[in-house]
Amino acid sequence: MRTALVILRKDLRLELRSLETVPAMVMFSVIVFVMFHFGLNTITVKGQEAAGIFTATLLIAALLGINRLFVAEREQGGFDAFLLAPVDRTALFVAKATALYLYLTLLEVIAVPAFKLFLLGPSLGGSLPGVIAVLALANLGIVAIGTLVSAIAIQTRARDLIGPLIGLPLQIPSLIGTARALGPLFAGHPASAPPGKWVAVLALYDVVFALLAYAVFDFLLED
Amino acid sequence: MAPPSYSRGLRGLSLLTVGVITLALALVFFYAPLDANQGFIQKIFYLHVPLAIVSLCGFVLGGILAAIFLRTGDRRWDMRSYCAIHMSLILSVGGLVTGSIWAKASWGHWWVWQEPTLVSYLIVILLFATYQPLRFSIEDPERQARYAAVFACTAAVFVPMNFAMVRLATAYVHPRVLNLEGGNLPGPMKLTFYISLLGIALLFATLMKFEMTAKEARMQTRRLRRSLLGDDAVTPLKRSAAPV
Repeated sequence: MRTALVILRKDLRLELRSLETVPAMVMFSVIVFVMFHFGLNTITVKGQEAAGIFTATLLIAALLGINRLFVAEREQGGFDAFLLAPVDRTALFVAKATALYLYLTLLEVIAVPAFKLFLLGPSLGGSLPGVIAVLALANLGIVAIGTLVSAIAIQTRARDLIGPLIGLPLQIPSLIGTARALGPLFAGHPASAPPGKWVAVLALYDVVFALLAYAVFDFLLED
Repeated sequence: MAPPSYSRGLRGLSLLTVGVITLALALVFFYAPLDANQGFIQKIFYLHVPLAIVSLCGFVLGGILAAIFLRTGDRRWDMRSYCAIHMSLILSVGGLVTGSIWAKASWGHWWVWQEPTLVSYLIVILLFATYQPLRFSIEDPERQARYAAVFACTAAVFVPMNFAMVRLATAYVHPRVLNLEGGNLPGPMKLTFYISLLGIALLFATLMKFEMTAKEARMQTRRLRRSLLGDDAVTPLKRSAAPV
């Protein structure tokens, strides 16, 4: 646990000094919103359509962070140093997953207001707690799969290609759950709660893939 | 210790497969009654559904074999896992094409998004289609095997998960053939269906065994050439997605 904290602090410090990942994700998502505005030729969206646009943008923006997650380890020999140290390998997974979770949360803190400003028609007012809860769950699934995929892709020759190629199909159930849970929240009914079925499904997806990623991650570090 | 010989029983298995598939086709065309609503086109069901079921089971089998590889570290399990996924991919393309034809005939469209089974099937195929590019882009064979196995395990867990999610997300129009109540098929159709399923499963087993035999033979030839003619006689392996 302490090892994970140390790695996490290293990653956050690196991000704070280089500002490589989070600003890129934020700018990317805003650009995608603008693209949707012109592509759909519409001023505002609402309901399921809005939820779909938002979730797809979120997933694709998350890919940017996922692709960069292990780059420092790979390029500057962090993997070798980590393997030499007498620490539990899972710590690296926990640290990277937490870092990615924080990045995603930061992204959403900016992307949700931006989405409201640019595209979303109905006011968010009463449903904001629901949106936050759904996104907190959605991030967990993205992070579990994303960290695993990132660790696989980083060792391949075409990592920018392999990452999204493996990652996106794996994220489709998460996309379904998130978009369906957000749909009613973006519909403009005052103080609506997210549909319980989809929140439960999303939580199940999170638990299954978090456990799975935790179990198989060690095999990616045996060199 | 001699390596296990995959070629043993291959001929018997092949003959059995030919026999069962012939029997299944005979049943399909001469025994099973015509469907009251869909008529003759419904008979594609005896090919499409077994292809789909067998390929999905093959994907999961590939994941299980990969998990055994991760546990034991024995590269032969990686080769088996690769063969299972490879053959499932081929069968699954057949399943997708036949499903599309059936959809066109009975629902009027080549592709039906309201149909969760078709959609989740497509997602699974898209996912497993990345298995070979992933393998190909890792050069070190030992690492290739390990990473591919991690991917196969994850993807195998993904198969049932994905089916549950997509089914929840759409109101289904697909006829449920294998449900817990034993389906709603009349007797002759059910018999024909199960024989077809057996036939396709045997086809999968034969093809997988055949691929494993070929890989084993290739490996053995290389070993023999190396020990008899020296290292120079063996051309170095080219970069490849296949384990051998």
